[in-house]
This record gives sequence, structure tokens and C-alpha cells, in this order.
Amino acid sequence: MGLRLDLLLLAAALLFSPALSDLVILKVDRRVDLTSQIVRVTSTLKVENNGKDAVTEVLLVFPDRQVKNLAYLFAVSSAGKGKAKSYSHTLSVNEINLKGMPPSLVGYLVSLPEPLGKGESYTLDVLAVYTHSLKPFPEKITQADIQLLVFEDSAYYLSPYEVKAQSLTVKLPQARIESYTRIENTKLHGSDIKYGPYENLPPFSHSPIVVHFESNRPFAVARELVREVEISHWGNVQVTEYYNVVNRGSEITGEFSRLEFQARPHIRGPSSFRNLVAKLPPRTHSVYYRDEIGNISTSHLWSDSKKTELEIEPRYPMFGGWRTAFTIGYGLPLQDFLFESEGKRFLNFSFGSPINEIIVDTLFMKIVLPEGSNDITVTAPFPIKESRETKLSHLDLVGRPVIILEKSNVVPEHNQYFQVYYTFSGISMLREPLMLIFGFFFLFITYILYMHADISISKSSPSYLAKMQWEEVQAVIQQVENIVSRCLAVHEKLEASLQDLSRTGVVQACKSVRKSADSTLKELYKEMKPLLSFLQSSSQAAHILPKVEELVTKERELQEKLMTKHLTVVDCYEKKLGGREIENRINAHQQKITVLRQEVDDLLDYIDEL
Amino acid sequence: MSSPVTASERTVRHAFGNVLAFFVLILIGVLAFSIRLFSVIKYESVIHEFDPYFNYRVTQFLTKNGIYDFWNWFDDRTWYPLGRVIGGTVYPGLTLTAGTLWWVLHSLNIPLSVETVCVFTAPTFSAFASWATYLLTKEVKGPGAGLAAAALLGMVPSYISRSVAGSYDNEAVAIFALIFTFFLYIKTLNTGSLFYATLNAISYFYMVCSWGGYTFIINLIPMHVLLCIVTGRYSPRLYIAYAPLVVLGTLLAALVPVVGFNAVMTSEHFASFLVFIIIHVVALVYYIKGILSPRMFKVAVTLVLSIGLAVCCAVIAILIAVVASSPTKGWSGRSLSLLDPTYASKYIPIIASVSEHQPPTWPSYFMDINVLAFLVPAGIIACFLPLSDASSFAVLYIVTSVYFSGVMVRLMLVLAPAACIMSGIALSEAFDALTGSIKFHLLGFSIENSQAGAGDASPDNVPAQKNAVKSDASENTLKERTSRKSKKKEKEREKEEQDGKSSLKSQIKRLQVLPFEASIIGVFLLILLGAFYVVHCVWAAAEAYSAPSIVLTSHTQSGLHVFDDFREAYAWLRHNTEVDDKVASWWDYGYQTTAMANRTVIVDNNTWNNTHIATVGTAMSSPEKAAWEIFNSLDVKYVLVVFGGLVGYPSDDINKFLWMVRIGGGVFPHIKEPDYLRDGQYRIDSQATPTMLNCLMYKLSYYRFVDTDGKGFDRVRQTEIGKKYFKLTHFEEVFTTHHWMVRIYKLKPQKNRIRGKSKKSKSKASSTASSTKRRINKNPWL
Repeated sequence: MGLRLDLLLLAAALLFSPALSDLVILKVDRRVDLTSQIVRVTSTLKVENNGKDAVTEVLLVFPDRQVKNLAYLFAVSSAGKGKAKSYSHTLSVNEINLKGMPPSLVGYLVSLPEPLGKGESYTLDVLAVYTHSLKPFPEKITQADIQLLVFEDSAYYLSPYEVKAQSLTVKLPQARIESYTRIENTKLHGSDIKYGPYENLPPFSHSPIVVHFESNRPFAVARELVREVEISHWGNVQVTEYYNVVNRGSEITGEFSRLEFQARPHIRGPSSFRNLVAKLPPRTHSVYYRDEIGNISTSHLWSDSKKTELEIEPRYPMFGGWRTAFTIGYGLPLQDFLFESEGKRFLNFSFGSPINEIIVDTLFMKIVLPEGSNDITVTAPFPIKESRETKLSHLDLVGRPVIILEKSNVVPEHNQYFQVYYTFSGISMLREPLMLIFGFFFLFITYILYMHADISISKSSPSYLAKMQWEEVQAVIQQVENIVSRCLAVHEKLEASLQDLSRTGVVQACKSVRKSADSTLKELYKEMKPLLSFLQSSSQAAHILPKVEELVTKERELQEKLMTKHLTVVDCYEKKLGGREIENRINAHQQKITVLRQEVDDLLDYIDEL
Repeated sequence: MSSPVTASERTVRHAFGNVLAFFVLILIGVLAFSIRLFSVIKYESVIHEFDPYFNYRVTQFLTKNGIYDFWNWFDDRTWYPLGRVIGGTVYPGLTLTAGTLWWVLHSLNIPLSVETVCVFTAPTFSAFASWATYLLTKEVKGPGAGLAAAALLGMVPSYISRSVAGSYDNEAVAIFALIFTFFLYIKTLNTGSLFYATLNAISYFYMVCSWGGYTFIINLIPMHVLLCIVTGRYSPRLYIAYAPLVVLGTLLAALVPVVGFNAVMTSEHFASFLVFIIIHVVALVYYIKGILSPRMFKVAVTLVLSIGLAVCCAVIAILIAVVASSPTKGWSGRSLSLLDPTYASKYIPIIASVSEHQPPTWPSYFMDINVLAFLVPAGIIACFLPLSDASSFAVLYIVTSVYFSGVMVRLMLVLAPAACIMSGIALSEAFDALTGSIKFHLLGFSIENSQAGAGDASPDNVPAQKNAVKSDASENTLKERTSRKSKKKEKEREKEEQDGKSSLKSQIKRLQVLPFEASIIGVFLLILLGAFYVVHCVWAAAEAYSAPSIVLTSHTQSGLHVFDDFREAYAWLRHNTEVDDKVASWWDYGYQTTAMANRTVIVDNNTWNNTHIATVGTAMSSPEKAAWEIFNSLDVKYVLVVFGGLVGYPSDDINKFLWMVRIGGGVFPHIKEPDYLRDGQYRIDSQATPTMLNCLMYKLSYYRFVDTDGKGFDRVRQTEIGKKYFKLTHFEEVFTTHHWMVRIYKLKPQKNRIRGKSKKSKSKASSTASSTKRRINKNPWL
């Protein structure tokens, strides 16, 4: 590979050197950071224009095997006066292809903020972030082995321009290094390897180096991450993140012994990782952490006014090659993320995963806007594939618009804010509560209507008519019963007056009670007559009529007996007879009264039961 | 004393009572639902235990693929390599119910997950069940008893144990279906309405869909019908209640694939057909009796009896011959073990091995139905005063269910509604009597007082009131005439009148009135009893029955400690093994493995194939090499064992191991139970037999266990293990969970044969080969 690259580079040098030789790189300092699974290369370039014409662009060149892993490229002016733009991969590749660049090289043009005149120099920093460029070697290790990684690069800065002076620093996580390529001017300082300085190298100089070192940093890679952000204008932004995580370090082979892992986790399972830390925005609430078979109880949450930190532990320690899937969700206050400008609302939200030092192979960012949002535009700091769909959720009629942003090879450097602009009227917020209110309102209305409506199919059918008549009869019988019960009440009163009499001995009051009772009873009989005649005329009442009539006669009988009893008692009092005497006289009446009352009650019960 | 209750007063009071009853019912529903949420609050919203995981998986399939694929579903992820026809062997009621709920919610755009719907199905249906209990008890003894019974059922611990949120099992909906079917039967019996009879058949169909316990209905109802006929209570209503149920019900039951022709072929259903014939004969007799003169009737009876008896004898003889020709006499194993409690332990160890098929102990009655056990006799007495068709049914129900619950712990569930109904009746009657006498005393005193004090004032006031009331009444009757929703009002009136009647009666029957102080104390004691019941139920719901059993917790000084090992293991299997890998474990973990780990299992909790289970049992009780061969022949890649020795989890595989030996030995006689017992005792310490110490289960459970504490002290068996240091030759440990509760081993691949080795190794190889041969002969798969 290295040799082939060299040949290609030579060819490229031959092709390009005349065209771009106007610029000279005075000094390059490269620092390669290998302390995590993400490789960050920071290069400080000092370029000088040696040509006659003013130069506006600087060409950066990368071998394509690196470009494949290049997740993020960023150039910034060292003077700190405003940022230089970084160009997208595709655009730059096209540009270079037009100029006949060999396929093994990909170029990126960095445009300078102002044209660089003859003899002027300019300093810029370029940050290139690579994923998956550290290869575990050996690829399979046992539980107790430490994880060794291989990093390949060139000791010389690959550039289409002549480089006057350059140096390279490789920063490793630990001082334990298996091996590294030694060329001239190579020094080892603790965990840093320094190459250089090298001077006056022609364009496309190349000197492959390999570093083989120990690293037990987590190799957490989310093969797929779906972040769903749902906005509710009632004050909440709900974020749900679906992770599908794998440890891309050296794969474990042979037995996994829990015993050894538990006894000496750092020695007997150094390549595994147990937890991941997510930095969530401040004021995060209702955090949950679960997977498809339920809640995962191993997580911790710390929060202060600046940030919320969530430490999540997968169900099992993640050894090399092991996979897991989980979901985290949390709510955020709306006012921290949703703003208004020029009549439009916009959501300002960060793009990448909140988990520290995780690589995301494919990230889907879904922004679910409330139903009724229009005019949706997205602005992002880097190019993203965008698509739309709708989601039907609680009480939706047409569905909520969903914007899907897709990006592959996402690194923490992508945690930048993007904006989604849309219009949404506040009245739409009330739609769903109103829908509920009216829904229940109409439910009750329909029930009331149903209760009052007559939904029998035929109004002239004999059964229907019979039913109507029967209802009438029932109503009448009810009335009769009422009257009878009122008669009974009058009887009670008579009895009560007798008791009064026995206590007070005032005959006059008793007589007046009897009179009033007499008159009310007569009135009641008058009332009863039309009802009885109705019953007699009605055919429906035929089977119940005898009972009703019996009731009426019994009642009358009862009343007569009572009256006579009353009369006797009053008489006796007037004659000032003794208590025993009175009792003897009314005894016979009393017995009949009890019997009759029983019969009347029974009849009432019987009629009631119909 | 009893001022006449006028119509308007009655309707107002009555409407108030109705609304009150309605709200009480709603509150009972809320109570029944929310008392079952302890599991969600204390743990999480998750499916519980074993069978619910299978139901959950089936529901997932149903919601994903639709009803037609569901009927035709052949599940190849279980019972490998046999597979299982799920659509034809599962009671689909629960699944269809939850699937329908999910579908309705989704068509309303309410995106609840299938899991959520499944978790909350059981509490929802317990609310329904308590309402059904209200209806049933109301038919038996009036609304007061109904409300009491509904409240009792809403929180009866026995039912809670099967229907907490997450306990997504057949019983959860089946108890509702059972009570509702009984309600409709009684309703039909009381009204004689064909409408209710049809509903009854449909409700019976739902019950058949839901649970194998439907045979209880189809035997209890004929028993009741027979009882009614024998006691001379035959009426056309009884005929309407029974005949359509048998015809329609049997036809509908035969539509359920899992029942199919069993609905007419098995002995469980014969009672219903027999009674069906009897009721027709009786109906005919009554009809003929109606049209013939008594003398002619006598002649006809003697004629028909002599012919009929002969025919009957012939039919019964044929029937008996048919039934006797089948080995189990046409009864399924579970039914037989009900009729003969010793049957299962004698012939089917697999039924006996399930703890819920054991007979209950006395404390479990107190635990599961609590004070109801004391109230039931009172309820039975109340049912005899007076004995109606409905109350005789209630009595029959309680008597039979008490018997069944005595045979199997599981059937305590059938007893619970009966006990609630009886206790509801008892409570309501007791309260009636006590509050009635309190009311009598209070009213009596007040009237005497008023008569003593202002005797003249009240009679003057009354007529005025009456006049006002009278006009009201006439208006009211007018209204009633115009409103045509007469049915309801009729009922209302009935009720009012009953109330009025009872007050009249209480007035008459002064002898039944208890002394004031006694009744106050009685009411107080009853309330105390109820409070005790409520406290017990809440305790049972919160502490005893809400643990999901896949997550365990323990309280330590440092706080709550969670043991989530099962899901740890299943999640590991799900993500870190190949999709088509086969996992062998004891059948208890089959459903969970398929549902949570999505891996193919050899046996699962649907124990339909005894031989297959015995094969796994044999493998577990064989030495390592033989076990490896059995598992390898079954294409198994991973073996999962549950081990509680480190943390003291008692229901682990070592404790279940004797059942594996027994079941394995039942099919493969070279596994003998005595080989694993030392002097009849099951032990794993240094006294254990070598067979025990060399069997696969022992080795997989205790592999490297001694290294944890240096002694190998098993916290479940409270002893040091017998064989401490050993190596595995044919299996390798690939995963063990945090508390060692689940250990997963992988079968090592067969070693390559190495050629050209020294003679010594050759001879060794040949000896192992010969031993292999010997083992192969033992291997039950060959």
C-alpha cells in the first residue's frame, strides 16, 4: 500500500508541481492525538506566496484511504481574525478531478479571507478528525489481554507545495508502546513521539510511519443513532435517542469469566468499557434509560445549573465485538431551545450525540414539529442529507411534519447547533384540547338525545300500542297506590290522635282531627273514582283490576273500622270510662284493623311487583 | 312513622341512589385498576413472569402480521426442531383482546406500544370483572349486595395475584368472561329473554377463546340446571337459559382452533349434552302434562318411561363404551388431576412439577381470600333466605369452586369471585339488618319525642306538604306517560317499591329488630372487618404479588439493591449471538428466551411434548460428554442455567433439578432418581452421590464457583458444595451475569482428529472413541 501510494504521489508530483508551485509552506506543525478512538490531527500551516499573482485558495491534499475515514475537516486562521471556510468533500473532489488529480488523492481547497499578495504569508490551523483509522492488532484477544492498536501515517506532511520546515508529534494515551517506526530525528518523550524537524522537502514527500501502542480507551461506536426531537408548544422538547452500540476494539475470544472480571476488572478486562457518559443540556428532566425489554437500572444522573451529566451502564460490560442497543430519553424546557425571529419560530438544537467520545456511523436526526407547522427550512453548519415525512401521534388528523437529517461518520466535533425555521400559529395549540372538549360534549349530547329519543321502528304496531296503553295503566295504578298510601297516612294520623287523647284527655282536639280526616278521605275517594273507571274501561288492566278493586274495598273497610274504633274511644273518653273498659270495647276492632292493614300491605306489595 | 313516600320523592331518592351507585361503580373500577399498578410504580412497566412473555410475543406477532397470519402461524423458534403451531394451539382470547385494543388505539392515533397495551390489559379487565360481579350479584340479591361484592372483588388478593399490571395472562380476561357469562345466564334465567340467552352464548364463546377453564362453566351450568329440575324449579325461563347456550355455545366453541372437535368429543362436555337431553324430556313432560288430563297423563308417563328408559340405557351404554375405549377415558390430564388429585403425581410428573398445580395450604386461603373465608358461610345462609334460582346457582358455584381450589392452588382464582359474591351478599344483608334496626330505633325515638313535644304542629304541616307533593306527583306521572323509556323507569320503580316494602316490613316485623347498642357495635365490627380486608389487600397488592419476578430487589443497609440478571443474560443473548443459534435451558425459561432474547429454544413452558422435555432433562442430568452429544444432536449452541447459589436465589435450576431427573427418567430409564439421592436425600455437598456431582447441571452451576469465596458456600442450600475444583471439557463459559444468576455456556466445537500421533495417544483416542460409541448408544436420540 505504502509503495503504491509513493508511486502515485510521485506521479502526482510530476503532474501538479508546475501548476501550484506558487505557494510555499514555510512551516508545518502537526500534532496527532491518539488518546481516544477518534484521531484528531491538528496542523498549523504557514504559507507564503512566492509567485506573482495573488493567491486566494490553498489546496490541502489527503490520501483517499484517509479521506474514507475523514469525518470532519475544519480550517481556522491562526491569527484568530475570522474563520476560513472549509469545503465539502464532494465539491473539492470534483474540482480536483477536473484538474486531473490521481484518484488516490483527494484535495480540498481552503479559500483565504483575502488574496495573498506576492511575498505575503498567512498562518492557518487545519483540524482533521478521523474515525476508524486506529486498527486493533491483534484483532482478537482474550479477556485478560490488553488492547493494542496500530496507527499509520506519513512522517512528512503531504502537500502539493514545497515544505520548508515541518515537525510531527504523535500523542499516545499511555507510555507503553509496542513499537514505532524510527527514521531520522525521531524522539520519544514519555507518551509523545516526535518526528522532525525536517527541512526543505519537495511537494508530495512521503515517509510512512507505523505506531503500535497500547490503548484501553473505549471503542464505543454507535452503528446507528436515531435522535428524535419532538416539540410541544405546551412547553416541552422531548428528545428520544435510539442507540445501537458496538465495541469496535479487539474482539474477545475464548471464555468470558465473570469471576475474573469481578475480581480484577482493570487487569482482567482492560479492553472492555462499562459505562458511557452523556452530557445533556441544563434543566433536563424526566430522563429515562431503557431497552426493548425494559428499564435498565444501572445509571446515574448529576445535574447542576450548567449541565446535566448522565452516566449509563449497558446491561453487561462491553467487550470487544459485543453489541448492545438502548434508548435514552429526556425532556427539555422549550424556552431554552425555541426562539422567534421575524415572525418565524426556530428551533436551535445541537446535532451530534451527547455521549462523550462516541463515533456514530449513521445518524438520523428527526425533528417532529407540531401539527400545523408550515414553511419549514433548515440551516446547518455542515452539509446534511435532508428528507421529510409525517408522523401521526396523539389526536392528530393530518400528522406532524418530520424533518429527517441524515449524516454518516459523526464525531463529537459535529455537536454544533442547527436551526429549523417554521411558522406555527398559537391558535393551533388549542385545537387538540378543544377537540377533546367537543368530543366529550357531543358524546354526552348524543347520550342525552338517545335517552330522549323514541327509536321504535313502527308506531302503529299492536305491540307498541299495547305497550303504550300498559304504560298508561301503570301510571294510573301508581296514582291509585299513591292515594291509598295517603289514606293510610290519614289513618296513622287518626291513631296518633287517639294516642294523644290517651295522654292528654282532650276530646275536642281528637274530634277535630277526625273531622278533617273524614273530609280528606272523602276528597281522596273523589280523586280515585275517575282512575278506577279508567281502569275498568282499559283492556290492558283487566288482569290487575280485581286486585286493585280489592285493594280499594279493603282500604275502605279498614277505614270504616278505624272510624268506628275512633268513635268508640272518643265516646268512652266522653263517658269517662276506665282504660280497661275502652280496651275491651275496641279489642275486636283492633284485631280486624290489624288483619286488614296486613292485607292492604300485601296487596300493595303484590301490585308493586307487577 | 312511615310517612307515605310519594312518587316524586321516590324518583328523586331513587335517581340519587342510581347516580350514587353509578359513581360507586366507577370508583370501584378505578380502585380495581389502580390497586394493580403497584408493580408499575414499585418496579416498572414490564411484562411479568413466564407465560405473559409468550402472550406478549404472540400479541406482537398479531399486531405486526394481522389476524390471518396469526391463525396460520407456525413458530419455528421454539421446540426446535419440532416447532409449534401457535395459531392452532393457543387460546386466542387474550391476544385478540389486546390486539384489538392496540388496533383501536392506533386507529385513533394514540401511539401506545404493544407492550404498554399488554401491561395494562389485566388491570383494565379486572375493573370490568368487578362491574360484572356487580351485575351478577345484583341479579342474585339486589344492588346493595352487588356493590359490596364488586368492591370486594376489585381487590381480592387471589385475583390480584393474576392480574397486576404486567401480568398479561389468560386468567386476567378469563375471570371477567367467567363472571360475565354467569351473569348473563342468571339474567336469562330471571327474565327468560332470548336476547340475553344469545349474549350468553357469545360471552361463553369469549370465555372459550380465553381460557381452558371454560369447562368449569360448561359443567357448572348443567349442574345448576339439573339441580333446578330435580328440585322442581323447572320453568320455560330455565329452558331459554340453557338450551340456546348449549347449541350456540358448542357451535361457537368448536370454531376456536384449540378446542375444535374437543367441544363434542371430550368427556368434559358430556355433562352438558346429557342435561340438554334431560331438559328436553322434562320440557316435553311439562308440555304434555299441560294438554292431557291427569289420568291420561299417568298412562302416558308409564308408557314413555318404559320406552325412554330402554333408549336411554342403550345410549348411555354406547357412550360409556366409546369413552372407555380411550386410555384417559376421554378426559384431559389436567381435568383428571382435578377429579383425582393424586392422578398427576402418579402419571404426569410434568403437571405435578408446576408449583401452581399443587394443592393449597390453609394459610394460602387466608392469604388469598382473607376475611371472605369467614363471610362465605353467612352468605350461603343468606342465599337460602329465600332460595331463588339465582341464589341456588350462587350456592352451587361456591361449593364446586371450593372443591376445585382445594385440588389446585391455581383454581383459587375461580373461588375468588364466588367468595366475593357470597361475602358481598353476607355483608349487605348484615348491614341491612343492622342499619335497619338502628334506623328503627332512631326514628322511633324521634317520633315519640315529636309527639310528646309539638304534637299539634306536625299534623297541620303535613297536609300542606302533601298538597304540594300531590301536584308534583301528577306532573310526574304526566311526564312518565310522555317519556317512553319505560323499561328503565319500570326497574327504578321496582326498586323504589322494594325499598318502601322493606321499610314497611321492618315496621311490621318488629321482632327482628336488634337492640340499638348491639347493632351499633355490629356495624362497627363489620366496618372493622372490611378495613382489615382492605389493609390486607393493599398489602398483598403492594408487597406480595407485584414483583415481576424477572427483576428482583432486596433491601440492604445501603438502600435498594436490584438484581436484573435475567434481562442482562437475555439482552446478551439477543445482541451477541447469531440469530439462528439454539439455546437449551430447562423449560421454565423457554418463553422468556424466545421473547426477550429472540433465540430458538428446545423446550418451553407450553409443555406439550413430554419426550422433548425429558431429553433436555436427561442431558442436564447426564455427565458432560453424554450431555454434549445430546445437545449437539439437537443443534444446540448455548446452554443456559439459572444459579442462585451466590446470592441466595432459591428457585434456581439446582432446586428444580430433581424434576429434571424425574421427567428425564420417565422417558429414558437409564436416568434413575436414586442415583442422585444419598439415602433418599437430595444434597450437593460432600455427601452427594458421584452421579450428582458429575452431572451437567451441577457442573454448569458450580463451575469456578469455589473461587468466589475459597470455600464454595452455596447460599441457597446453606452448605459447601461437594466437588469444588473441576474443569469443563465440552463446554465453555461465555457469559455469566453480574450476580451469577444466569450462566451461559457454549458447546465447544468438536476437536479435529490429529493424525500421526504416538501410539499412546492413539490408544487414548481409540478408548475415547469406544466410550463415545457406548455413550451414543445411551443417547436417547439414536
